Amino acid sequence: MLGYDDTELLIEKINQWYGYDFSGYARASLRRRIEGFFLKNKFSSYSSMELSLAQDPACFTRFVEEITVNVTEMFRDPGFYRALREKILPVLATYPFIRIWHAGCSTGEEVYSMAILLSEASLLHKSILYATDVNQAVLEKARTGIFAGASMQQYSENYMLSGGQKDFSSYYTANYNSAKFAPWLGERIIFSSHNLVADSSFNEFQLILCRNVLIYFDKQLQVKVLQLFDKSLDSLGFLALGSKESIRFSGIADRYRQVDPKEKIWRKSR
Amino acid sequence: MAEVALTNARLIIIGGSSGSLEALLQMLPLLKTSFPLPVVLVLHRGTLADNSLTELLASRTTLQVKEADDKDLLEPGCIYIAPPDYHVLLEQDGSLSLDVSEKINFSRPSIDVSFISAAEVYGDGLIAVLLSGANADGALGMLMVAQKGGFVLVQDPATAAVAYMPEKAIQQSPVDRVLEPIAIAALLNKVRKRNR
Repeated sequence: MLGYDDTELLIEKINQWYGYDFSGYARASLRRRIEGFFLKNKFSSYSSMELSLAQDPACFTRFVEEITVNVTEMFRDPGFYRALREKILPVLATYPFIRIWHAGCSTGEEVYSMAILLSEASLLHKSILYATDVNQAVLEKARTGIFAGASMQQYSENYMLSGGQKDFSSYYTANYNSAKFAPWLGERIIFSSHNLVADSSFNEFQLILCRNVLIYFDKQLQVKVLQLFDKSLDSLGFLALGSKESIRFSGIADRYRQVDPKEKIWRKSR
Repeated sequence: MAEVALTNARLIIIGGSSGSLEALLQMLPLLKTSFPLPVVLVLHRGTLADNSLTELLASRTTLQVKEADDKDLLEPGCIYIAPPDYHVLLEQDGSLSLDVSEKINFSRPSIDVSFISAAEVYGDGLIAVLLSGANADGALGMLMVAQKGGFVLVQDPATAAVAYMPEKAIQQSPVDRVLEPIAIAALLNKVRKRNR
């Protein structure tokens, strides 16, 4: 692996070359991903990798795409989606208009899961889902609404465990190895580029979901991003994180109340 | 070999798959109450969230047992269990990070991922233990631990419910000891913490 000191130097240089700041990324994962990028691209040495990154913006684009983790699935943690169905959507239903932000949406599986929940609660027509990611390539993929066919059985099981009662396959058209989700599901989703490290708040939301993104950041950057979410939430808005993530130590915790004893969903109280 | 780690230890990491729970249930009750080091436990398990594993292990030891949360600061005498469907990585500041990147060896958590990460950070202050299992996960991790000067301890395949995992590690990595579970616990009790 690239040594600790050399990792810090590379982070500094990338910031100088491209204005892209990885200094708040948790090092263990970042160094592992850099090693993966190094091996995958068959560089002869770390210095040749650095030279390519310096001279070739396309190489840097690939670097960003491969450093960020883009593993996701539909209805991951079914209990979480059940809590959304049973505890959060009934509250959102009382609003005339629902704005939701999926921060770090990756290839879009969770956003489509949310669109299905909203549709089943007859709320999709008055909702807008902003789905953002720092990685342009995954956004392109997310916009297609096409996911791997081999995953559908797992997703269907997740969907049923989350309280879904329809035939899951009615939401997509299977085709060879892929499943294309119905275009009407995607109509209320806006995919766009947003970098949690550098970009600011862009709207006020009733619900922000950012699951298993903060784990790639160090504590300091986690606090900064949680404050960004705090600023972007309505006064009674909901914040949902991954099952092993928390708002403790973030300075915003005293304004939030956990809505469900098990699931990581908080409601802003003031 | 890496005997130095026995008197210089900073972290114990244990990996296992099928059959490893039986070994742990023999080992854990024997660990002394004043255990001086944190223990990270990486077991292959189902993906659904459930507390039964944590509760079962906690019922067999006087040490604290918890499922790891992101950025937990590792405390001596506490056992951190890798959560279902997350890899566990170790940070230089003594905390751990979680990661949901691709499965490795069809596994998340992957033993290799955690062992390699721990070897990077803890070097000759690491003691790694590999238990029973039906998967080759952990063998590469053991090799990395050995290369970084850590102490490599493998359950005697003859005592393992499934011998494949410890056998693979013995084939692929230098190994400091091959022991039955009770002897592993006895050795861990003798480990001394690094004085800083």
